[in-house]
Amino acid sequence: MALTKLDQLYRQVILDHSSHPHHHGKLEQSTTQIELLNPTCGDVLQLQLVVKDQVIKDIRFDGSGCTISQASASMMTDAVIGKTVSEALALADQFSLLVQGKDVPKLEELGDAALLNGVAKFPARIKCATLSWKALEKALSGIKD
Amino acid sequence: MSFSAKQVKNDFPILTQIINDEPLVYLDNAATTQKPTAVLAALETYYREANANVHRGVHTLAERATTGYEAAREKVQHFINANESAEVLFTRGTTTSLNWVAKSYGEANVRQGDEILISVMEHHSNLIPWQQLAKKTGAALKYIELTEEGLLDMESFHAQLSEKTKIIALAHVSNVLGVINPIQDIARLAHARGAVLVVDGAQAVPHMPVDVQELEADFYAFSGHKMVGPTGIGVLYGKRTLLEQMDPVEFGGEMIAVVDEQDSTWKELPWKFEAGTPNIAGAIGLGAAIDYLSTIGLSTIQEHEKSLMAYLWPKLIAIPGLIVYGPKDIAKRTGIVTFNLDGLHPHDVATAMDMEGVAIRAGHHCAQPLMRRLSADSTARASFYLYNTTADVDKFIEALLATKEFFAHGLN
Repeated sequence: MALTKLDQLYRQVILDHSSHPHHHGKLEQSTTQIELLNPTCGDVLQLQLVVKDQVIKDIRFDGSGCTISQASASMMTDAVIGKTVSEALALADQFSLLVQGKDVPKLEELGDAALLNGVAKFPARIKCATLSWKALEKALSGIKD
Repeated sequence: MSFSAKQVKNDFPILTQIINDEPLVYLDNAATTQKPTAVLAALETYYREANANVHRGVHTLAERATTGYEAAREKVQHFINANESAEVLFTRGTTTSLNWVAKSYGEANVRQGDEILISVMEHHSNLIPWQQLAKKTGAALKYIELTEEGLLDMESFHAQLSEKTKIIALAHVSNVLGVINPIQDIARLAHARGAVLVVDGAQAVPHMPVDVQELEADFYAFSGHKMVGPTGIGVLYGKRTLLEQMDPVEFGGEMIAVVDEQDSTWKELPWKFEAGTPNIAGAIGLGAAIDYLSTIGLSTIQEHEKSLMAYLWPKLIAIPGLIVYGPKDIAKRTGIVTFNLDGLHPHDVATAMDMEGVAIRAGHHCAQPLMRRLSADSTARASFYLYNTTADVDKFIEALLATKEFFAHGLN
C-alpha cells in the first residue's frame, strides 16, 4: 500500500519530537528573538535565544505548524544548544544540504535532525523542515562575530 | 444522452496518470482544473495554423487570429448572457479583473468617508484590492460577517449597508466554505442605495449556469483555468454604462484611437481596456473550454457535483474526529469540502493523501481572515468537478481513513 513510503518521512523519532517537542514554550528573558512565517501554509514559528559570549546558552520555540516543522524545530534546538554561533550556523548549512538530498560531511553533528533526510524525497515539504533553521540563521546572523 | 463522469474522464489525458504508484484522483479543482483534449487541440491548432497579432495585420494569418480571438469573446458573452460582447473584457484572470475594477472604477468613484463592503469569506484577490483602495482614498472597508452555520449573514449585511456604501464586492461561491451567496438579492439592495456590486465568480462560473443580467451584477470576474481552460486568461464583465465612463488601467498599443504628442484617445469598448498584445491563444482556448462545458451543460455539471456530494457526505461525517467547515446542509454547498482531521496538521494529511494518489489542497486557501473566523491556522480542502466519479469519492474516503490510521498507530 502506498503509505509505506510515508515511513521514510514520518519516522517514529520524528513523530515523538512532534508530539513531545524539546525546548518548547517561552523564555522569560532572552537576548535574541525572532518570528518567522511560512506564508504558503500559515505556519508561524517564534524562536527565543540566550546568547552569551557567542555561545547559545538557552533556546525555546513556540508557534504552530505541521509534524515536520514542529519535529524539526525540536531537533534543531537539541542540535544547537551549547554550541557557538558559528558552529550553529555551520549546522544550519549542513541541514540545508541534508534536506536537499546532498552529502553531509559530519552527519552525526546534527543529532536527531539527521533523521529528517527523508524530506528530500518530498520536495513540497522541504520548507516545513527548514523553517526553524531559517529562523535560527536569521536570529544569529546579527550577532555573529 | 446521459452523463457519465467516467466517460468524461477519458477526455482529460492528464487524469490517466499514475502518481506515487496509484491512479491519480485529482481533487484540487478549486485551485485549478485539468484540460480536455479539445482545449489542448485548440491551442495547438491556433499556434500551428493561425498565430499572428490581432487587430492590426491585413494578412491572412492576422485575420484568422483576430477572428478566433473575437469569436472567443462572443462565446463568453453567450455563456454568461452578457448583453453584448463589448461588455466582455479579456484579462489575465480573476485577480486582474478585480484589480482593474478597484483601480479604475474604484479610484474614480470612491472618496474619503465612503464605504466599501466586502465579506469575511473573500479570497485575498477580492480583499486586498479593496483594502488598498480604502487606504488610498480614505474610505472605510467594512466586512459582512458569517452566520453560525457558515453562510453570509444577511443581518450583518443590512446593518452595514448605507448611503455611504459605494462598492460591494462579494464572492458568488466561497472557495473555502463552498456556499453560494444570494447575488441577485444583494444586487437589488445595493442598487437601491446607489452602490455597485462586484462579483468574484471564479468558483461559480465553472460549476453552475451563470447569467450576469439575471444576477444584476455590475461587474463579474472569473478565470479560464478553473473551467478547463488555459491559465493566464480571464474575464471581466461590466455593464456598458459603467465601462464607458471608466479609464483604462493600462496604456499602450492596440487600445488607442489617435495618439498625439501630448494626448491620446482610446478605442471603443472593449478594446480600450486591452493594451498590448493580448493572450490570443488563451482566449481561443477559453472559447474551446466553453464549447466543451456547454456541450455537457452547466446544469448537468451542477447536478453531477450535487450527486457526488450526496454520495460523499454521509461517509465523510461518519469519520470520527473529522471537522467539516461551513454548512452541514449539502443543499447549501457546491462541490468544495474544507476539513481537518483530528489533531493532524493539514499539510501532513495532504502529503499522506498524495502518497495514495489523491491530490488535495492544504493551507489557508488565500483566505486568512476567514481562517481566523474558523479558528483554524490552516485546513485541508477537497474540491470536485465534472470528471470526478463516485470511485474517486471512495478512494478519497479510503485514503483519509488510512491517513488517520497511519498517524494514530503507524503502519500495520
